[in-house]
Amino acid sequence: MNNNSPTKEKKSLPARIADLYIDGFRQMTVGRSLWALIIIKVLVLFGVFKLLFFPDVLKSRYDNDADRAQAVRHELVGRE
Amino acid sequence: MNDLMSVVDWSRAQFALTAMYHWLFVPLTLGISVIVAVMETMYYRTRSEKWLALTKFWMLLLGINFAVGVATGIILEFEFGSNWSNYSWFVGDIFGAPLAIEGLLAFFMESTFIAVMFFGWKKVSPGFHLASTWLTAIGASLSALWILVANGWMQYPVGMEFDPAQMRNVMDDFWAVALSPVAIHKFFHSVFSGWALAGVFVMGVSCWFLYKGRNKAMAIRSIKVGGCVGMAGMLLTMWSGDSSALDVARVQPMKLAAMEGLYNGKCGQEIVAFGILNPDKTPENDADPYLMDISIPKGLSFLATHDFNAFVPGINDLIDGIELTENGDTIRKESYAERMAIGRKAHEALRAFDAASACGDSAAMATAAADLKANYRYFGYGYLNSPYEAVPPVALTFYSFHTMVILGGYLLALFAVMLWVVYRRREWLGKRWLQWAGMVSIPIVWVCSQAGWVTAEVGRQPWIIQDIMPCSAAISDISADTVQTTFWMFAVVFTAFLAAEIGIMLKQIAKGSKTDYDSLKD
Repeated sequence: MNNNSPTKEKKSLPARIADLYIDGFRQMTVGRSLWALIIIKVLVLFGVFKLLFFPDVLKSRYDNDADRAQAVRHELVGRE
Repeated sequence: MNDLMSVVDWSRAQFALTAMYHWLFVPLTLGISVIVAVMETMYYRTRSEKWLALTKFWMLLLGINFAVGVATGIILEFEFGSNWSNYSWFVGDIFGAPLAIEGLLAFFMESTFIAVMFFGWKKVSPGFHLASTWLTAIGASLSALWILVANGWMQYPVGMEFDPAQMRNVMDDFWAVALSPVAIHKFFHSVFSGWALAGVFVMGVSCWFLYKGRNKAMAIRSIKVGGCVGMAGMLLTMWSGDSSALDVARVQPMKLAAMEGLYNGKCGQEIVAFGILNPDKTPENDADPYLMDISIPKGLSFLATHDFNAFVPGINDLIDGIELTENGDTIRKESYAERMAIGRKAHEALRAFDAASACGDSAAMATAAADLKANYRYFGYGYLNSPYEAVPPVALTFYSFHTMVILGGYLLALFAVMLWVVYRRREWLGKRWLQWAGMVSIPIVWVCSQAGWVTAEVGRQPWIIQDIMPCSAAISDISADTVQTTFWMFAVVFTAFLAAEIGIMLKQIAKGSKTDYDSLKD
């Protein structure tokens, strides 16, 4: 993109923002390895850990907030 | 009970592992983003190709660190919902609100301005690019602010009222939570320590350049910027550490006593500069707390109150109920045995509330809620079987605190020497011992930074919320085996990611050292 060129029509702001990201990703060098690392990490964290090992205990065991509050109350008074 | 404690221990270990791993990346991002912004400001003012190349080199290392560190904090949120579900429910929106603000800030500020910073060199004006770089640095610090507000509340719970119907602490004063002195001092201490850490990192990498005899001019400029930002960070870390010490003495005096291995306090209390604890010492015997110690007279009294002659309570004094007021005066409050009785009254009131709620007796619910409110301040003590259970692990707290202070002192001296050499004795930069000191200090500054967090978090045990909830009550009803399995899985995955980061970073540093920066135009 050459903003000084009189022959080219100036792009709209959303188009320029899109260009920033598209060109940026295209021209990445080290960034490619980093993005691969980020994608692998996010897949492992959400696809494996969150899905298989880290359920929200109260949400998965109880249907509504009143039951969750009741469960926590019983847990807390029963822990002495 | 044994299985419960096993779940608690494994969950604490898992949280410590993930938080410490997360904190490997955060302080470097906080500090190096400022260093990069300073370098780009120099480029903006001079239009020097050297400054531009320097900015881009360190910006690349910032990008690597950011990419590997990003999303590592999200695991902590998984753990809250899974391992610490009682706690997560109990804290309600007090914890949720700061974390939500942090998530929004991190997403919008960092993702927007980081993109401009990396992709926008030829797309936006130099002024806009510089502003984006500074806003990335500011955005990173603002993200940290909200995390530390949440952490500060756990250490000093204010601005809330407990609602037994919802079983949640409901925030009734946002500003009391957001501007809590503990949170604010913790924020400054953490952010400025990040500047110091990044300063050491930049100086250390630059020393490697000098050791290899590559890009000397670039290394010298980097040492100047890294050294100045790092020295400012170190001095401000000491200043904010002093404020944090006053907070700890006032709101978490047991942590202060454990940090010093102090069992019986006195007026004009000395501070241990270096010491070895007696492993046989407990609050219940009269053994000497130290096998050896080198102490500074009246130092702890000054640290805790800014008065050389003030009384500082030790572990046994605190168990007896002797504490400091906000003004540093000594006051007798409830002993821990009395607090346990008050805590049990609060539990009894909660049981009564539950029973009244089950049969829909509004009057009885109101009476029980009033009883609970009157005794709620020591709710957590009701879970203790002995006052001694309120004492944190003294040895770990003591040694981590002293490791932080001793290494902090070394790093302050390193900054002073490096700055003196780079401005006054530049020929010394060729000396091997100085180059090695710079390089070896890179792991040292991380140990120092981690030791600070170990002090803060181990020293507040057994509380997850000070005086209100111990870890044993906060834990979910889950099996220890699951937590143990995920602990080891995390350990393996994190080690792999860390190895990947170090590998990519070392490769880029080596590549950068072979690029001819010194021939660029100034």
